[in-house]
Amino acid sequence: MNLALRDIRHNLARFSLTTAGVGMLLMIVMGMGGIYRGLIEDAVLLVNKIDADIWVVQQGTRGPFAEISRIQRNLEDRLLTVPGVQSARAFVWHTVQRDHGGKPLRMVVNGLSWPQDKGEWLPLVAGRPLGAAHYEMVADKLLGLQLGDSLTLGKDVYSVVGLTQGMIGQGGDGLAFFTVSDALAIQFDTSPESVRLERSARKMRAVRDDIGKVQPALLDKADLPAHRLPAVSRPMISAVLVKAAPGADPAGVAELISGWQDVSVHSSDEQRELLLKGTVDRARRQIGLFTALLVIISAIIMALILYTLTLDKTRDIAMLKLMGARNSVILALILQQAVLLGGLGYVLAYFLGQWIFPYFPRRVIITDEDLFRLGIIVIAISVLSSALGVWKAMKIQPNEVLS
Amino acid sequence: MTTPAPAIETRALTKIYGSGNTEVVAMRDVSLAIGKGQVVALLGPSGAGKSTLLTAIGLINPPTFGSISIGGLPVMEGDSALVDVRSFRRRYIGYVFQKANLIPFLTALENVQLALEINDEPPRKARRRAMELLEYLGVGDRMKNLPHMLSGGQQQRVAVARALANSPSIVLADEPTAALDSVRGRQVMELFRKVAHDQGAGVLVVTHDHRALDVFDEILEMEDGALRQHDQNDADPDRRAS
Ligand SMILES: Nc1ncnc2c1ncn2[C@@H]1O[C@H](COP(=O)(O)OP(=O)(O)OP(=O)(O)O)[C@@H](O)[C@H]1O
Ligand SMILES: [Mg+2]
Repeated sequence: MNLALRDIRHNLARFSLTTAGVGMLLMIVMGMGGIYRGLIEDAVLLVNKIDADIWVVQQGTRGPFAEISRIQRNLEDRLLTVPGVQSARAFVWHTVQRDHGGKPLRMVVNGLSWPQDKGEWLPLVAGRPLGAAHYEMVADKLLGLQLGDSLTLGKDVYSVVGLTQGMIGQGGDGLAFFTVSDALAIQFDTSPESVRLERSARKMRAVRDDIGKVQPALLDKADLPAHRLPAVSRPMISAVLVKAAPGADPAGVAELISGWQDVSVHSSDEQRELLLKGTVDRARRQIGLFTALLVIISAIIMALILYTLTLDKTRDIAMLKLMGARNSVILALILQQAVLLGGLGYVLAYFLGQWIFPYFPRRVIITDEDLFRLGIIVIAISVLSSALGVWKAMKIQPNEVLS
Repeated sequence: MTTPAPAIETRALTKIYGSGNTEVVAMRDVSLAIGKGQVVALLGPSGAGKSTLLTAIGLINPPTFGSISIGGLPVMEGDSALVDVRSFRRRYIGYVFQKANLIPFLTALENVQLALEINDEPPRKARRRAMELLEYLGVGDRMKNLPHMLSGGQQQRVAVARALANSPSIVLADEPTAALDSVRGRQVMELFRKVAHDQGAGVLVVTHDHRALDVFDEILEMEDGALRQHDQNDADPDRRAS
């Protein structure tokens, strides 16, 4: 005769409530683990998707994910001349926060090297990759934009032609993809007034300077738009992504490029590593610690619940002992309830999580491996936490029936 | 004919609670023998030590000094047990208390069945025997009920069924009929007598119910922890009045 189940049946409401509580606690543990996984996954997602062999970034920096990296755009052309390089694409990466429909819209602006890179590699869930050199964008669903929405950034209006899912920067903001020139236009958007001021300042410098006197023709051009002045540098990009030619050794190519004095070179693995170590690491450790604490708290709460359940049955356990029941009968009663409580709580946690986690602002990834590990932990804490109850039960004397 | 070993035999049982100033001698030098098939009543005022004696014999509450034998087998010597008390209780001893003390989450039937299963009876056989017993005790129609749905008397009869389930060698009952009306109370006492006579069990019943004393083969009386001869007139106000 199974005493554990019969006791539960008798106290069904209380047991259900307790299970619900344990379930929610375990759901949070599960969620924490999922947030941790999500963080890692999000951090390396872009690097994985971009699938470049070599990241060429500003000399001495660790690339756009770690810090500001600025390199000349013509580096793209220089790199194409390196033997073993199949493609070199400009990469622009910066975060903007603008108003959209009265709400702040924070997004990571990502420039794709049109026309080689139209964003075909993006995980599109709707729409299409970029189809024109200007005024189109692919946005992540997280940004809350719809296909066909138009968005004013700087002086131009961009329309959303495609939607991705799960493309998130390490700060948790959604990504938006533009052509490199649009991305730069958004980054270096200046008001007409400041453009006018800059042009006249340029003229004033030329007038004051020797060069204005030696080459008077320059004075005439000084207040023209910047793109008509070869002497004025063009806006800078964040990185150039290099793909090695088939058969070429990416490490060898990287070695070659790293000989240049004006850039630093990282492999994709190094970029991934940098992302995990640099930006994500502290968040990762924080979540890890928090998860460990939650597991301990769950164990303590379960121990108290099981202890109370045992305490409530003091008389019955005394009676069982008086009737001569073996300790195994009493042990089974407590342990079965403990494992049932943990097990049902776990199942509940799983289904609650499946339902709730998608609404979380950041990705929560529940892997089978994590589920399995948590399952083992739950069984372990169920058994361990029943120790207090078992200890109490073993101490109960049969003559407590009489009191 | 050799005299068979008594079902219960105690020698100079003494129980002392506490020590120093708070020392209470709950039972002193109690020696008794209850034969197999004998049903014995134990009378005495409150605090006389009746429950102390019963729990000592029942291997629930060891005496301080003295010895206990059950069915001729020494089981207690002073406060140390000579047998595995848990398995001994399971097999040879049946208890009934003033309160039924049924397991609240088991039905009447399951309560009785459990006692049998604890004693390694296979579930189906245990179930059949439990049903028979409950039927016999007049609570067959309530066996699917949980204890809280039964009246005090019905609960007590289930407790009696549970105590008798394993056909124990000795039955110890501490005021078992306190919760019953006199008719039901007498019925239970008669059941004990039947168990004693049919199964050859030794039965010791603590009771305050003097109307049922005629059921018993022998009447013992305790006062201040000691056993003394039962005096019909002294201890039986009902009879004295008539
Ligand atoms: N755990 C204990 N600690 C100290 N003294 C105790 C304890 N249990 C019983 N006593 C004392 O032992 C004496 C005998 O108690 P016992 O319970 O055997 O009496 P009783 O004859 O069963 O009385 P009643 O008819 O009221 O049940 C009493 O004086 C009681 O106070
Ligand atoms: Mg008593």
